[in-house]
Amino acid sequence: MEDKYLSEQILRMSGVNPKKCMKCGKCSATCPAYDEMEYHPHQFVTMVQKGRIEELMNSKSIYMCLSCFACLERCPRNVEPAKLIEAVRLAVVRQQGMNHMKPDDVPALLNSDLPQQAIVTAMRKYNK
Amino acid sequence: MHRIGVFVCWCGSNIAATVDVKRVAEAVKSEPGVVFSTDYQYMCSENGQATIRNAIKEYKLDGIVVCSCSPRMHEATFRKTALTAGLNPYMVEIANIREQCSWIHKDMPEGTEKAIILARAAIAKVQRNAPLVAGSSPVTKRALVIGGGIAGIQTALDVAEAGYEVDIVEKSPTIGGRMAQLDKTFPTLDCAACILTPKMVDASQNEKINLITYAELESVSGFVGNFTAKIRKKARYVDEDKCTGCGVCTEKCPSRKGLNEFNMGLNTRGAVYIPFAQAIPNVAVIDKNQCLHFRTGKCGLCEKNCSAGAIKFDQTEEILERQYGAIIVATGFKPIDASAFDEYAYCQSKDVVTSLEFERLMNAAGPSKGTLVCPSDGRHPKEIVFVQCVGSRCSSDASKGKEYCSKICCMYTAKHAMLVREKYPDVKVHVFYIDVRTPGKNFDEFYRRAVEQYDVDYIKGQVGKVSVENGRLHVQGSNLIDNEQVHIDCDMVVLATAIEPDPTARSIGTMLTASMDTNDFFTEAHPKLRPVESPTAGVFLSGVCQGPKDIPETVAQASAAAAKVIGLLSKDSLTCNPCVAHSDPLLCNGCSQCENVCPYGAISYEDREVRGPEFRGVKRVAVVNEAVCQGCGACTVTCPSTAMDLKGFSNEQIMSEVDAICR
Repeated sequence: MEDKYLSEQILRMSGVNPKKCMKCGKCSATCPAYDEMEYHPHQFVTMVQKGRIEELMNSKSIYMCLSCFACLERCPRNVEPAKLIEAVRLAVVRQQGMNHMKPDDVPALLNSDLPQQAIVTAMRKYNK
Repeated sequence: MHRIGVFVCWCGSNIAATVDVKRVAEAVKSEPGVVFSTDYQYMCSENGQATIRNAIKEYKLDGIVVCSCSPRMHEATFRKTALTAGLNPYMVEIANIREQCSWIHKDMPEGTEKAIILARAAIAKVQRNAPLVAGSSPVTKRALVIGGGIAGIQTALDVAEAGYEVDIVEKSPTIGGRMAQLDKTFPTLDCAACILTPKMVDASQNEKINLITYAELESVSGFVGNFTAKIRKKARYVDEDKCTGCGVCTEKCPSRKGLNEFNMGLNTRGAVYIPFAQAIPNVAVIDKNQCLHFRTGKCGLCEKNCSAGAIKFDQTEEILERQYGAIIVATGFKPIDASAFDEYAYCQSKDVVTSLEFERLMNAAGPSKGTLVCPSDGRHPKEIVFVQCVGSRCSSDASKGKEYCSKICCMYTAKHAMLVREKYPDVKVHVFYIDVRTPGKNFDEFYRRAVEQYDVDYIKGQVGKVSVENGRLHVQGSNLIDNEQVHIDCDMVVLATAIEPDPTARSIGTMLTASMDTNDFFTEAHPKLRPVESPTAGVFLSGVCQGPKDIPETVAQASAAAAKVIGLLSKDSLTCNPCVAHSDPLLCNGCSQCENVCPYGAISYEDREVRGPEFRGVKRVAVVNEAVCQGCGACTVTCPSTAMDLKGFSNEQIMSEVDAICR
């Protein structure tokens, strides 16, 4: 399903213009996490262009990206696919009403090795 | 007061769709001096021109304004029209109401208002026009070709064929250029040397062609038909007339450290060397930086062994000064430096080579005598990966690479792949491509043969990383059709590097005041209709210096440039532009500022007798050589005493245009 608002959000957050892509596949050629991904870097670019954002948001691929920026570094058209993937991750995080971490989850996570600040930050970030 | 006619053109709908042409014609009727005005669908058509001619006669017009397209388009047309009706062509002014008005406006009232203003300005100018008469300048019947590659050779041969003298200036010790380095040529697979070297011999034996090798252009002055070029002939330290090209010196030379330029540095050569077997002139040259005699003062083996006594350690460079009527730029190209693309491991492994290096590796006169071997250890490769578009088609904001398509890579990669498979059927060949571009006669058929007949594995995708693993190369790339990442272990990687203009092109462009684009390719006078001429009169373009092209296109362009040159040299004199500067001796204060700013060296100072109401006597004043002046106007804006003025664009004319616009 195309969601215009969402694709505009992604483009705005990432600052990427997917139309610059010439479909050479260098991003996917260079990606060290390629085999872990359902959607590969070059597919991200076309899928964002076509507005298939929700599929990307629901895919585990966005968490497989190592943010190594190799795709961004080597892209001959300066498309910067890594920034798109980061934007999709942010879109997931910013969803209204999607609580990835509820207060009830906290006691189980408490651990003397884990700084309390980490829990507070996680609550801020993931509790909407 | 002149009697002026105004002619407003519709240019079909180009002007008429945004400008109310009838209103323009009506509005200018009240302008001072206008005795006639009309509009017509196509003023440049025969009927339109007849309207102008008839009006000139009927209304006794002595000045006309044509409101139409840019003067670059049809000023010459309307000047001719005026001339046939007996009017001085310089009494014609063009108001550009197309490019500078209708094409850039959307709103009709706005466009119409601007068109009226532009017409008014042109009318105000023509009021102050005076008839001008063009002088003429002679044509030196000799051409200069810069660059001795296939482009330069072909142009020179064609110009010489027409009976004119041609000098070829080549910066390296031999002519032949890049084509001499190629092994085979697509799509016919004939050997490059076999078709090039006879042309090189033709050029050297043609009595009209004079080869000036190992020489570079130092400076150029003058103008179309009358260029003066200074050529710096570098010291070879070998007497060109005495050397027989026997090659004994090259064998005796104990220095072996100089990288062989002809073989792209894949092997070494002596300090005294002949670039390649068929070099023309077949004369040795000494590389001063490698020569032991120059470095330590001791050796001199070449001198002792030269039976012709041709070695001259005391030779110095010389400057030749010659006159030319036309200059042809044929400076060619070089491959870009592949080391910027570190993902391909070009600097990490000798087995990663550029395509031009691969040409030498496949060539019988190359470093491996034509046997394909891995440059690192000389082993026979079993698997080769070709990577296309290395540094081509990069976006302008990418950190490296060229924006353009280098055009020749798809075809030469198919050629390489095919030649490898033909010669060594045991070698597996993969080609990574983004698009395969084969627009040319028999080109796509050639590429399909590589795939179908020679079983070359074409993979749609790019290579992301090449790494050296256990003495072999590991290639990681994407296969977009199968949507998978591929990993290939191979022995050699060949990079189809982009091509860029030769680094000397920029300075030559500056010398010739010939315009270049952002990539340092020379710009044509018109991209479609004048593709072999530079906008600078008398300068012509041949080969890759104008843009990437293959050999057939280069040869075609070289001959086209030659035809243009012959057309120019066949004239005994050229009509000069009468819109030149002139100085009023009464006002001139002799400050020399105009002389300093003139880019053409057209202004000199003389002591002249001047008679005026306030001054009588001899005075140092500026004098303009009208044949050399190009009418650029630099002197008129520099002159502090307003003595310098440009005919046809006088200060008075321009101010009255401005007044008309501001009214």
